[in-house]
Amino acid sequence: MANIVVFCILAVVILGSAVMCVTTKRIMRAATFMLFVLFGVAGLYFLLDYTYLGAAQIAVYAGGVTMIYVFAIQLVSKRTLQGLIERVSCSRMIWGGLATLLGLATVVCVFLKNRYVYRFAEQPDVEVPMHEIGQALVGADKYQYVLPFEFISVFLLACIIGGLIVSRKNED
Amino acid sequence: MVPVECYFVLSALLFFIGVYGFVTRRNLIAMLISIELVLNAVDINFAAFNRLLFPDGHLEGFFMTLFSIGVSAAESAVAIAIIINVYRRFKSDSVEAITNLKG
Repeated sequence: MANIVVFCILAVVILGSAVMCVTTKRIMRAATFMLFVLFGVAGLYFLLDYTYLGAAQIAVYAGGVTMIYVFAIQLVSKRTLQGLIERVSCSRMIWGGLATLLGLATVVCVFLKNRYVYRFAEQPDVEVPMHEIGQALVGADKYQYVLPFEFISVFLLACIIGGLIVSRKNED
Repeated sequence: MVPVECYFVLSALLFFIGVYGFVTRRNLIAMLISIELVLNAVDINFAAFNRLLFPDGHLEGFFMTLFSIGVSAAESAVAIAIIINVYRRFKSDSVEAITNLKG
């Protein structure tokens, strides 16, 4: 019961912040609402007993990515900070809303119609032990993930180099 | 315990809020923020599916979410670098400003 209450609170926070995030006209506010969404999603991971995932979400997303956005907003223009009014045309809003509602109806219908999930859906309230996560992350057996781990390390390095090269000021 | 479909509906709503933002906004950073919302919705789905369908041992969805968080951090860093470069080049951060590649 407590889980459901917590889930409802998190759902309200996430959805409300997400709606505010995509409808507000000011970019800085959008970034702030995105921070609330990210915290809410981290709370969902805690609710699912994936505490490591929640910590990673807070550290990487809420700590890192949001800072990148705030810096970019500060760098890109002073006007956006002081509330640049972004013009969103009415017809675009209507068509976007229609397409969104159509897709949402389809996806929710598919999610709610399939019943196979319920054969498995009993949820024990145990936390995944850190030892198991570590073993799976750097093990090389079946269901262990050392290869994507190494791959994502190289990928992050490549992205850092790419970001530096792209954003470097041209001297010529 | 929370029923499974709550997670499904929540992530679907979050996904399509992100899609709506991506379709309607014209500011590059706002579009990127919408993409982050979409990625978060997908991450919720991965974690919830893994938790509720494979409660014992299997951690595929867990690691998919973990790697997705890492990849999206890298993605947003590169995208922000590109946006800053675009702003330097075109003096605007709107999508309509970038028309050189348009045929």
